[in-house]
Amino acid sequence: MIKKEPFFWITVSCGLVIMAFILLPLIQMLTAPSLSMLKETIQDKDVVRSIWLSIYTAGLAALIAFLFGTPLAYLLARTNFRGKHLIESIIDLPIVIPHPVVGIAILSVAGKGHWLGQIFNELGIRIMGSVTGIVVVLTFVGLPFYVNAVKSGFESIPPRLENVSRSLGASMFGTFTRITFPLAWRSMLIGIIMCSARAISEFGAVVIVAYHPMIAPVLLYERFEGYGLRYSQPVAVWLVSVCLALFLILRVLTLRNAKSS
Amino acid sequence: MITIDNVNIRLGEFDLREIDLSIEKNEFFILMGPTGAGKTVLLEAIAGLIRVDRGRIVVGGRDVTGLPPEKRGVSIVYQDYSLFPHLTVRDNITYGLHFHRMPKDEANKRLDRLVDELDLAHLLNRLPTNLSGGENQRVALARALIVSPQVLLLDEPLSALDPGFREELRRGLKGLHEHTDATFLMVTHDFSEALSLADRAAVMDGGMIKQVGEMKEIFQRPESAFVADFVGMKNLFTASFHGTKAAVDGLEVELGRSPDNGHGYIAIRPEDVVLSKRKLYSSMRNSFRGTVTDVTDQGLYYEVSIAVEGVTFKSLITKSALFDLEIGEGSETYLSFKSTAIHTF
Repeated sequence: MIKKEPFFWITVSCGLVIMAFILLPLIQMLTAPSLSMLKETIQDKDVVRSIWLSIYTAGLAALIAFLFGTPLAYLLARTNFRGKHLIESIIDLPIVIPHPVVGIAILSVAGKGHWLGQIFNELGIRIMGSVTGIVVVLTFVGLPFYVNAVKSGFESIPPRLENVSRSLGASMFGTFTRITFPLAWRSMLIGIIMCSARAISEFGAVVIVAYHPMIAPVLLYERFEGYGLRYSQPVAVWLVSVCLALFLILRVLTLRNAKSS
Repeated sequence: MITIDNVNIRLGEFDLREIDLSIEKNEFFILMGPTGAGKTVLLEAIAGLIRVDRGRIVVGGRDVTGLPPEKRGVSIVYQDYSLFPHLTVRDNITYGLHFHRMPKDEANKRLDRLVDELDLAHLLNRLPTNLSGGENQRVALARALIVSPQVLLLDEPLSALDPGFREELRRGLKGLHEHTDATFLMVTHDFSEALSLADRAAVMDGGMIKQVGEMKEIFQRPESAFVADFVGMKNLFTASFHGTKAAVDGLEVELGRSPDNGHGYIAIRPEDVVLSKRKLYSSMRNSFRGTVTDVTDQGLYYEVSIAVEGVTFKSLITKSALFDLEIGEGSETYLSFKSTAIHTF
């Protein structure tokens, strides 16, 4: 056997350090609460309500990203135009902006001092302290993840397939529904997972726009502030478990379909 | 059938300029040219996939310049097959029928005929990813032809195939052309393909058409240095003409005629240059003594370079001729060619 160089062992040890760094705190947190405490926590109506609110608002954000982001992703994947890089940078902005700043920015247009806020007010739409507000914030932070995932999905479909479809008599819309969509839906599902994963973890922006109704991360923070680590851990365990279970189901669904087609 | 009238396309750094082309109904027309000549762009413009900036494209008497691809009656087959990976072979072939309404038995008749002709019956329920290149390309052809297009565009359909499949599919293409009414327009840079399939051809370079005509004519009477070089006129020299003679550097070549369209070039196909140990006393008017400078193996043939007073000729000979003539680098040989084998332009 060829003797491994020292560099190989450096790469391996760095890998082990990183694995430990990620897994150790997570495992510690997951195993800290006792079963009875976990049971007690899940019977707490506030906890269930907040976890449900988190899933539901993150899911809505992903749905909005799907409806509005898919056409934009297609446009970006298929056309070249002046200013395309600018558009792409704008889409990435929510990733780099500090989270509380996002909350402040959204409140700046939603307040009565802004024409948009006045229109909302007249329509009876409330952003501050409402589920609507939470969804708006989560869509804002999740959208880039959806658009980028789906854009690269579209880019991986050769335009020639669409060309052939058009030449055989299909309109642009017919080509999209019969060729592009069936080939890209997996990347859309991945985009939805990425977008909702990002949305469900958002805290900084939500806490500014809507402390109440309480999403799970805000509840977690409140329990930690009010009662300390021991009482926030079980909530964290439930939140993480529910998220992981959901993503696992989606992932299994996509993989199974990948094999059958 | 297809009339391309002064078509101009600007694509950023690349332009198609002043393309004029007229292709007859049910003709097999070949488009040749080096990579980057604009052949695929022209094909996609005819299919309506690229916007034309100026000029007109007429297909079957109908001006289609402003029509979307689905309204043109033009099918396209790409080198990479471009089959829909999520559909079975059967669904790939019948894809176009979703958009062309016809009675069910007519649709089935078309499917059966193409499946039969292209020998696809055993593949109908398979997915394209599991097929060989030749099988994929046969599926692509069936898919393109089932909608009975007026024009079938073929973008190097045989280039990606193994030699055995290529020969087979070439024959298949010829058969399909004979059995359908469609006009075939095919891009290739394989001359044997072009010669065996096409009636006429055009040679493109740098976004322009350099020559249009009968296959043989392009091969034997290239109108420009570029076309001559492209079609394999390896012996291409600048010359000055004096009466029936041409001077190439210090060498005097007998043309047997006065050049009619001389732009200062002569060309001789390498296979027309005959090598011999002793000077030949035959009808060949040109015979020179030279030194072999290079021998390269080209598969079936050897390409021999012979320097005659600073002018290098190229000749194609068989392996046995190479041994008989005892040709190697540095050896002396005679080369001869007929004056009728010399092309002037």
